[in-house]
Amino acid sequence: MAKFRKSGSKQMNGISTASLPDIVFMLLFFFMTCTSMKETDYKVRIKLPQATEIKKLEKKNLVSYIYVGAPLPAFQGKYGTEPRIQLNDKISELYDIAPYIEGERQSHPEAEVPLLTYSLKVDSDAKMGIVTDIKQELREVQALKINYSTLKGEKK
Amino acid sequence: MSKRQVGQFNASSQADIAFMLLIFFLVTTSMSTEQGLFRQLPPPSNDKNATDKVNERNVFVVLINKDNQLAIEAEPADFSELTPRTIEFLTNPSNKENLSEQVKASKKMEEAIAANKGDEAALFKKLVDRCGDPNITKGVVSLQNDRGTKYETYIKVQNAIVAAFNECRDNFSKENFGGRVFDDLTTDEQKLVKLVFPLSISEAEPKNIK
Repeated sequence: MAKFRKSGSKQMNGISTASLPDIVFMLLFFFMTCTSMKETDYKVRIKLPQATEIKKLEKKNLVSYIYVGAPLPAFQGKYGTEPRIQLNDKISELYDIAPYIEGERQSHPEAEVPLLTYSLKVDSDAKMGIVTDIKQELREVQALKINYSTLKGEKK
Repeated sequence: MSKRQVGQFNASSQADIAFMLLIFFLVTTSMSTEQGLFRQLPPPSNDKNATDKVNERNVFVVLINKDNQLAIEAEPADFSELTPRTIEFLTNPSNKENLSEQVKASKKMEEAIAANKGDEAALFKKLVDRCGDPNITKGVVSLQNDRGTKYETYIKVQNAIVAAFNECRDNFSKENFGGRVFDDLTTDEQKLVKLVFPLSISEAEPKNIK
């Protein structure tokens, strides 16, 4: 009994926070290695379709993105509600694709240019018309490696 | 000069700094890994009439119309039929007249030698040595869509066709490379399997499908 009384009267020690920075740093490094920078801010709504037979993109620095989807509500006044193309962070027209790809090629060393992949991030509600137009445009400028970006779906 | 002791620096704000960095990374980065279906587009053709001569039985026509309905070889079909029918078309197990032609690998090798393509011939020779002269399909899947087709449907069909190719490759790998699936093979072995089942999907320019 005496034991209990003794400990009751003692003042509680605060938890040592000496290891807190270590824990936080551990979390920080985890997030730094597992995540990647957002490429751009979306100006169009993109809900990717699902697929099962997908492959992962290996070299992220060799990928350029083309986004297609209906503009977000904030931009609908200016760009309408029909699916549009977004390159970098600008809503663009079809004829902007060729200069965009030229620019992407210039920003990479010459040896890497044939390895460049163009990832099409297209909203699942978009129509194929606009996608086909983009594909034709890509073929014109010899940008032939493409990727239809999808989410991982369940196997049926 | 007297030796002065270096004061310990105060580490109590280290946690705050680390937290700040952590929150910064949480906000500016995203977890999602980039994945999808890879495809090689055909180079631009200046001559519209110059189409490769492919025997009609070797082309497996898959159509999607603007109402997202599917047709296989000009007949309406269900999405669940697509994968099994593509596999049947590619492998042609009962040698049907209307499915794809099969060529022996040794014959391909002779063709490559005749055309002076040393690298290709060497690959075919390796294939014959390793897998005992398998049949190689001449089949091509032609995917045609309307401008009004929904992208989601298009991807679904693409996915089903790729699934068929993957299954063919897996079956071939299991038979010839000791029960391993395609993804477990070495790069060299994968090259051989790809010779037998090249991922030949032709994405035609859109036609106006009624």
